[in-house]
Amino acid sequence: MTDKKMNVKLDHISKLYVNPKTGKPFKAVDDATVDILPGEFVTLLGPSGCGKTTTLRMIAGFESPDEGEIYIGEEAVNALTPNKRDTAMVFQNYALLPHYNVFNNVAYGLKLRKLPKDETRKKVFDILSLVGLNGMEDRMINQLSGGQQQRVALARALVIEPAVLLFDEPLSNLDAKLRVSMRTEIRRIQQQVGITAVYVTHDQSEAMAISDRIIIMDQGRIVQIGSPKDVYYRPVNHFVADFIGDASFLKGKVISVKDDAISVQIGSAVFVLHASLPPNTVECELLLRPESMHLDEVGQLPCEVTYSKFMGSYQYYQVNCEDQMIKVTEYNPKQKKEYKVGDQAFLAFNADDLHLIWK
Amino acid sequence: MVKKSSQWKRLEREKMFSDPVLMISILFIAVLLLLFVIYPLVMLISESFEVEKGDGVFSNYLAVLKMPSFRQAFRNTLVLGVVSSVLATIIGFLFAYVDAYIDLKSRLLKGVFKIVATLPIVSPPFVLALSALFLFGNSGLITRGIFGQLSSNIKGYRGIILVQTLTYFPTCYLMLKGLLKNIDPSLEEAVRNMGASRKVEFFTVTLPLLVPGIGNAILVSFLESCADFANPMLIGGNIDTLATSIYLQYTGGWSTGSAGNAAAMAVYLLVLTTIFFLLQKYVLEVRSVSTLTGKASRQRILIEDKSVTVPLKIIASAIGFFVIIMYLCVLYGSLMTVWGRDYRVTLKWWRYLFVGNGEGIRAFVTSFGLAFIAAVITSVFSMLIAYLVAKKRFVGRQVMEFVSMLAMAVPGTVLGVAYIRGFVTGLFHSGVLSGIYGSSAILIIVFVVRSLPVGVRSGISALRQIDQSIEESACDMGAGSTKVFTSVTLPLIKDSFFSGLVTSFVRSITSISAVILLVTPKILFITVRINAYADNGNFGVACVYATILIILAYASIGIMNLCTKRLYMQDKIE
Repeated sequence: MTDKKMNVKLDHISKLYVNPKTGKPFKAVDDATVDILPGEFVTLLGPSGCGKTTTLRMIAGFESPDEGEIYIGEEAVNALTPNKRDTAMVFQNYALLPHYNVFNNVAYGLKLRKLPKDETRKKVFDILSLVGLNGMEDRMINQLSGGQQQRVALARALVIEPAVLLFDEPLSNLDAKLRVSMRTEIRRIQQQVGITAVYVTHDQSEAMAISDRIIIMDQGRIVQIGSPKDVYYRPVNHFVADFIGDASFLKGKVISVKDDAISVQIGSAVFVLHASLPPNTVECELLLRPESMHLDEVGQLPCEVTYSKFMGSYQYYQVNCEDQMIKVTEYNPKQKKEYKVGDQAFLAFNADDLHLIWK
Repeated sequence: MVKKSSQWKRLEREKMFSDPVLMISILFIAVLLLLFVIYPLVMLISESFEVEKGDGVFSNYLAVLKMPSFRQAFRNTLVLGVVSSVLATIIGFLFAYVDAYIDLKSRLLKGVFKIVATLPIVSPPFVLALSALFLFGNSGLITRGIFGQLSSNIKGYRGIILVQTLTYFPTCYLMLKGLLKNIDPSLEEAVRNMGASRKVEFFTVTLPLLVPGIGNAILVSFLESCADFANPMLIGGNIDTLATSIYLQYTGGWSTGSAGNAAAMAVYLLVLTTIFFLLQKYVLEVRSVSTLTGKASRQRILIEDKSVTVPLKIIASAIGFFVIIMYLCVLYGSLMTVWGRDYRVTLKWWRYLFVGNGEGIRAFVTSFGLAFIAAVITSVFSMLIAYLVAKKRFVGRQVMEFVSMLAMAVPGTVLGVAYIRGFVTGLFHSGVLSGIYGSSAILIIVFVVRSLPVGVRSGISALRQIDQSIEESACDMGAGSTKVFTSVTLPLIKDSFFSGLVTSFVRSITSISAVILLVTPKILFITVRINAYADNGNFGVACVYATILIILAYASIGIMNLCTKRLYMQDKIE
């Protein structure tokens, strides 16, 4: 539908705020640098207060960065007001104009661009059918359900064919089921239109489901940028590992480094691992995803079962291994031996599934 | 204050300049506020320091302080302020409590409460004073008609206190009612659950929570009382207050004292009211709201105990009826053949005004016209200022808010004097703009300045209810500031706009204190005419005018209610 796929570049962006209680300034966004590719779907993910919404609002132009420059395409946009920027935002609470009906809400941006009437009509009807709202043109906003309002907000943003589509936690006001179907919908429409999209969320499964790349932020800083697989399997630190998915950690000690092969000792067992970064300490952490392990009579590390619960599709264990609490999920438990609390067993896993994290 | 980076400042500035309409409107409003609020006050203050050679800088202030009449006026102002405001707050609290905790049941009583609730907007000056004279004056209906030749001394302290209390308590009632409704009933239920009686609950929960609000109500009425001109003028007898002294000084009622002395008097009153205004706005108002942040989630369990409800209801309704009767007395006063002597009904005062010399029609047209123009200007400006203050970031934003609210602290009499000093010989005595003095324009400007604080305040609160993101979304779609304001903001605050229009109309047409100093004999303004007729003892004609004011005020509110209801319905239909 649109050919103008644009890249978005954040070049060492910082934003200062004042803590209203202490009066002290702090960096809500701290030296963020990202290059978002044309047509890419990128998610800003992080806990609340990590600076992800502030970053999005700086791209839209509602906030001015204290340091750094923002580029949309080749153009530096720092000094442009939001109405002069080629972005369109889908707001958390939809922010639809309550005194207009669906048609006029969607047509609002087109009317500002002084499009001929019949062209406006055609575009609005096309976009409404894209988001599945045919025949709703005359409804007032308060006559729509949350999911429908969400679609209107999306249609309104899409119809002006912006260079970049911005989403500020758009699904957080919907119920769980609708959230899942809407995120699929948003992804489908973004792919169909081929538009660059920046999406803010604190829901890691939403980020996984929707994005080409995920930008993980913590306390104003970007800690990792990568594909969903990257951030899940190769998190750069404990925070990312813990924030994305379910994680268990073992403590280890580096005993030797040979080229890129690092020997790590956990308890009495030694594993040879590969890491992208060279070690800076002897102490390290090893990430294990609960679904990558199972309990067995033989295995890599001895453990004691401290909790065992049948969850339907899987059996959920907590075991004590080398004084760490490790979570294990065993799928299709019907066919497997069920361990009881107090049982001695072994943690069995593939050494490739151990991921090294430096402290 | 945090130091924002220079880049941030530069970007904000560039964004602002890219929106010329916004820049121009900020500048335009700043100039007007400077010219019509700050400048006259500065001129007044500077004049109070103009002294003969050899005298000290403060010699005007010292000279004024030495006048026994001024000292008495100062004392009177404080005493009246304290007594009236405390009494008004007590009665207001009683009404609020009855409203929030007792099921009134009877429709008549509910009606009384409803009428009382509209009184703060519709309280033309002189009305209560006129009817107090009508009932309790030397030839009053009760003093003479019922008790025969009973001599009366309603004029003076008693009269002013009676009239001021009855004028200010409805405002206190509304303020406290709002706060009481915000007390979460579960707080009270919790202490009842722990074994507290209704009485203990009242003294340990309800009252302590309301203390800042009560303080706020007292201060607001105290300010009103200090600035009150009409009531002491009419019913004060030989009691002068600061406001009336300043007026008399300027109109030559007092032979002693120079212009500098008069200016010093005005500054004394200004300082007094400003201190209390700042105290009220920045200490008590903030606290009274912040202690009650809870939203009442449920209907509270009303008091059933008859030994409590019956006396409270009787007292409240007696006061309510009394006030309503006082308003009706003014109507009767306008129909009475001879004030206090001949109680037969006649239309001669009405005929005198409207058939005889036609003064009534001219006064009506003039007053209505001036107030209407002022109301339109006020409501447009206050929405604009409210929009800028609530939604935009610019240097001097807080100053703009403060200055537009400042007129609340300035008593009308002081503003009137300041306008005389500021404009009678033109700007800085240069002759520029001197034409507006004595014209209708200056009256309109005074009306606007006096109503602006109310408009701006209600505008800001209406705007704060609109989620920021709605306007942001329009801007994000490509709308500039002007387009956002006209296509999103304005339609969403139109109710507030209309009520602002009506409120400032009513405030303007019923205002007296500043007007009386600025009006020329050619301009017939109703409230000024009331003062003139009452001064001459021609109470019948004064009552005719007062009745017209009451009718006008209520009609405006009625029309507003109809309009907003219709607008609301239209929205539904669309």
